Amino acid sequence: MAYYFSYPFVRYALAAVLLISLCSALLGVSLVLRRYSMIGDGLSHVAFGAMAVGVVASVSNTMLVTMPLTILAAVLILRAGHKHGDSSVAVISVSALAVGYLLLSVFGTSANISGDVCSSLFGSATILTLSLSDVWVCIGLCAAVILFFVLFYNKLFAVTFDEDFARACGVNTELYNLALAVITAVVIVVAMKLVGALLISALIVFPALSAMSLFKSFFRVTVASCIISVVCAVAGVLISLAASTPVGPTVVVCDLAVFIIFNILGKTVFTYN
Amino acid sequence: MALIECENLSLGYEGHTVVEGINFSVCEGDYLCIVGENGSGKSTLMKTLLGIEKPISGRVAFGGGLKKNEIGYLPQRTAQDFDFPASVYEVVMSGCINKSGFFRSASKRAAVEKNLERMGISDISGRCYRELSGGQMQRTLLARALCAADRVVLLDEPVAGLDPVATNEMYETVRSLSKEGITVIMVTHDALPVLNDANTVLHLAGNQLFFGSKEDYLLSDAGRLFAGQSGGR
Ligand SMILES: Nc1ncnc2c1ncn2[C@@H]1O[C@H](COP(=O)(O)OP(=O)(O)OP(=O)(O)O)[C@@H](O)[C@H]1O
Ligand SMILES: [Mg+2]
Repeated sequence: MAYYFSYPFVRYALAAVLLISLCSALLGVSLVLRRYSMIGDGLSHVAFGAMAVGVVASVSNTMLVTMPLTILAAVLILRAGHKHGDSSVAVISVSALAVGYLLLSVFGTSANISGDVCSSLFGSATILTLSLSDVWVCIGLCAAVILFFVLFYNKLFAVTFDEDFARACGVNTELYNLALAVITAVVIVVAMKLVGALLISALIVFPALSAMSLFKSFFRVTVASCIISVVCAVAGVLISLAASTPVGPTVVVCDLAVFIIFNILGKTVFTYN
Repeated sequence: MALIECENLSLGYEGHTVVEGINFSVCEGDYLCIVGENGSGKSTLMKTLLGIEKPISGRVAFGGGLKKNEIGYLPQRTAQDFDFPASVYEVVMSGCINKSGFFRSASKRAAVEKNLERMGISDISGRCYRELSGGQMQRTLLARALCAADRVVLLDEPVAGLDPVATNEMYETVRSLSKEGITVIMVTHDALPVLNDANTVLHLAGNQLFFGSKEDYLLSDAGRLFAGQSGGR
């Protein structure tokens, strides 16, 4: 194991993975409890489409394209509101996928298009090619996201638990919804490098669901899902190094395993109040 | 001095009017019951008082130095199949959302303890909210409302879904709050609190059927019909 850590790219990858998994777990609790999981899924497709645009326009750092476009889509989906929520997510996400793939195959300059597409959808080995600057961007964004969740923990609970009550107390719930949408977009764009566009939802949704099957207070669910997410992500990366499996799917399979175990435990053995 | 005064309010959604011509006022220490059939706009009126919904026309004015965030709110219970992990303590704590202080400061904790005590639910503060009985849930939400503000409380059908014993206990609790000097505005379908506790009544049915003191209400046509229909338990 120490052998792996002697490589800087492994250390970068682990640092990035740690932060991203923490962010996605925090975000996941809010999204799952508000029944917004689908939005995460939809936005990840948008991020893929946006990345295709970036590649075709040969922007050197595709994040400059994906970030604003995904945030824009997040705000649009939110505007559509609960009424048309489901269908608008579906429309936006399939369109983004189709347009993205079309752009890449028509205008793509790379010789190995299907390989590129596959890696941006499923993450492949990109995690080990992170540069130091990638890691710093990741650290900065993740720190901002984590700070937001810590500072506004109380307000987020109130808004998530009962939006009407929070509004009655004079909380600007619209602002919180907007912040949540923007954060979702940011986390997805950052996490796309790690697990690929199609698997991000797993990173967001699984830890929260696993924690909810055992724990019954908001605080414990939040803490537990952070721990689960970090442990699974680090384990996934290490396993993928040792067994040379693709990183993204390995992490997701770890999350899935924990989800199954926790659900069985929750149904049969015990729950913590 | 009226705390809340409504002038010529019309309420509705997307241009379609639910109820119009609402004129009433609430003074410090009042116990106002709002009655009316399902869909007559009682909950909508509550939300308008709280500023969650905007009136189509007319205005809501606050007097006596009352601020919008000095009103505690107990929402009408809707089908809560929601799988939300939250302890009673956390739910009540969320009423302190407006109090300054970081995370769970001492003053917030004190407010939570006090209101848990007041509602008689200190012993279940660690329980999971969604596993409570209907009565315990309503008490939890009332404790939360009191944490948010204990000058005026708006209660939207606080006894919906409660058995007769829990219903009476809830009305007793509300009565004791009223005796403490808290201004109570309560939506109900029950004649009991109207007959026993309220001092003013607002009856909605498309427009404002009645607003005035309980004594006058019971003599009016609307009031006699209401007391008769509800059995006057
Ligand atoms: N968010 C909304 N959008 C559109 N129409 C609404 C909305 N909420 C309520 N309505 C409509 O407004 C009318 C009044 O609803 P409201 O909830 O105020 O009635 P209520 O008097 O509280 O009834 P109940 O006794 O059943 O609680 C109803 O016809 C309802 O369908
Ligand atoms: Mg109602």
